[in-house]
Amino acid sequence: MSFDHRKLSRRSVLAGTAAGAVLLGAPAIVRAQTKALKIAVLLPQSGYLAQAGQSCHRGALVAPSVLSDFGHQVELIHIDMESNPDVARTQTERAINEGAQCIVGAFDSAGTLAIAQVCEQRQVPLIVNIGAAPQLTEQGYKFLVRNFPTGGMLVKNGLHQIQALIDATKIAPKTAVFLHANDNFGMAQRKGMDALFPTAGLPFKLLESIAYDPKAQDLSVEVTKIRGLNPDLLLVVTRAADAIKLVRDTVRQKFQPMGIISPGAPGLYDEEFYKALGPLADYHIDALPWANPKSKVTQALEAAFKKQQPNYRFAVECFNVGFTFDALLIAADAFKRAGTATGPELMKALMATNLVDHTMIGPPIKFDAKGQNVDIPSGCVQNRAQTPTVVLPAEVATMTPVLPMPPWQGRT
Amino acid sequence: MTAITLNVIVQGVLTGLVYGLMALGLSVIFGVMRVVNFAHGEFTVIAMYAAFILFEVLHIDPLIALLPIAAVFFGIGYLLQRTLITPFIGRAEHEQFILLVGLATVIVNGILLIFGPDARPINLPYSFDSYTVGSLFIDKVRVLAAIAALAVAAALFLFFRYTRTGTAIRACADNLTGAGVVGLNVKQLYAVTFGLGLACVGAAGTLMATIADASPGLAQAYTLLAFTIVIVGGLGSMVGALVGGILIGVSEALAGFYIQPSMKSMFSFALLIIVLVLRPQGLLGRRL
Repeated sequence: MSFDHRKLSRRSVLAGTAAGAVLLGAPAIVRAQTKALKIAVLLPQSGYLAQAGQSCHRGALVAPSVLSDFGHQVELIHIDMESNPDVARTQTERAINEGAQCIVGAFDSAGTLAIAQVCEQRQVPLIVNIGAAPQLTEQGYKFLVRNFPTGGMLVKNGLHQIQALIDATKIAPKTAVFLHANDNFGMAQRKGMDALFPTAGLPFKLLESIAYDPKAQDLSVEVTKIRGLNPDLLLVVTRAADAIKLVRDTVRQKFQPMGIISPGAPGLYDEEFYKALGPLADYHIDALPWANPKSKVTQALEAAFKKQQPNYRFAVECFNVGFTFDALLIAADAFKRAGTATGPELMKALMATNLVDHTMIGPPIKFDAKGQNVDIPSGCVQNRAQTPTVVLPAEVATMTPVLPMPPWQGRT
Repeated sequence: MTAITLNVIVQGVLTGLVYGLMALGLSVIFGVMRVVNFAHGEFTVIAMYAAFILFEVLHIDPLIALLPIAAVFFGIGYLLQRTLITPFIGRAEHEQFILLVGLATVIVNGILLIFGPDARPINLPYSFDSYTVGSLFIDKVRVLAAIAALAVAAALFLFFRYTRTGTAIRACADNLTGAGVVGLNVKQLYAVTFGLGLACVGAAGTLMATIADASPGLAQAYTLLAFTIVIVGGLGSMVGALVGGILIGVSEALAGFYIQPSMKSMFSFALLIIVLVLRPQGLLGRRL
């Protein structure tokens, strides 16, 4: 094949370069103008956070059909970040390289922080579904919004709910012990507790805060220590596996507090907890954000979940499923208003969110200048017949709270 | 000493005995063959899952399942030694290390694939029972597990002391060349030893399943724990493994109680460092 040098003018080179640039830029333009928003959902589907991560994942699996019914088109890329921040970071890079226009994740604060750094560099919005570490919205990230309370908010709202519980049940606890995991989430809760408990005005004294290793094979020493302090209330921040160990050792050591209450942490309402403990799982209380059964979005999500995930109970999974769905709904809503998936424009639309209809209890979803939704209230959920049941606030409750909890004896 | 401190010590001793049985397997294998089983914790976790399955499917109490599981583990150990380990005997230590670490990785990921990441508890009818002795509350499962661990350890001692095979294995440990010269089938004895080591692990894992929930995440921690115990007790010493187990169990329990539960592992490692500095062969470090 010959090449005619005489035909290669400066003008033709410039034209060719321009055409090449257009061609090279085309995927970005096409990407920005697609009808469906391409969202990478990064969750810990394996590793030590797998149980909760898989629960969130089920919410993401159900989401596209429900969103479609509400007029939103999304295309999801499901990614396992393996409960490992390094994996989260590299997988985010990969997802963005493969065309993800928005990221949702990642249940775990450490993993989410790793993702946030990549999203900031690549100017791709990150919507935090679950992740309580305050620094997520305190480090000045411009491409991050969080529709989840910070550790401090969880504790503050949780403490309010504990006061509401005391008022509703007329119990008079004098002392409490705070037991928490020494992971990122647990330590954030501890910080919140240390800062907020002294000014919360609760009628009991906090005797001690005890940190435990979530990888410990049992909590017998921790429970012995608590038994020595003999508190009326046990306030806990646990994951499901630790909550099982805690109750098991509490029963074995015949320690009977008025109640075991979590001021905003998972563990006490997981299916694994109910299966392992049976009737001993009942009467524990979680004070945390929960799905609003009266919302039309929740009802649609629950119907789809029952159909698509028949092996799982929405009542048990609605915390993880609800927050994950709402994160995707926020993304889809912003995309619809922005009319583009280009990072900065999509982020501008996200910051202007005012979403009235959503899954979780609370007012319309809005974000402050830091990207934080500051108004996510908690409710009280008590285990009754091994089902998490809303007992407070009264306007959304389906049962009244029971405290002190019935004795362990006779329940095994 | 307050009653609650005594309670913590008793719980530590009981847990430590099961730890000791687990470490005993590692000690036996190393004492005779000079092979360090880096997949030790992984085999313990397999035994925990085996106990879980036998309980869930056939409703067999782990204290009864202990014998068949130990027997199956003996068989696995025997075959593993004959097929996989033998070619690596006498080769560089790093080659043995890579082989067994590779095996450990395969096991953990296999468990994850089959069972997923969730912890699997065995809900025995007496899981929540405890004995009350004065002001002490002692978990029933821990007491039973500790008694069973002592029984298995005693059986192993008797085997090594009073049987011809046990004596032959000790001969191999003391003088390998001499054992070969007098006509002992060293390959066969090594396979039996590896089988016995894994039988210990099988028994310990089954007992551990009554105390802790089976989970793939435990494997690495158990390997590390077994190493800590045998180094403290003395590599190759059977009594040392049991003593090391009790020491680690009690030190963790006391540190958790008096300092901070989340820091209890730090104390077992501190104990390890002290022993390595002051008595590198371990507290009862002697060859088997």
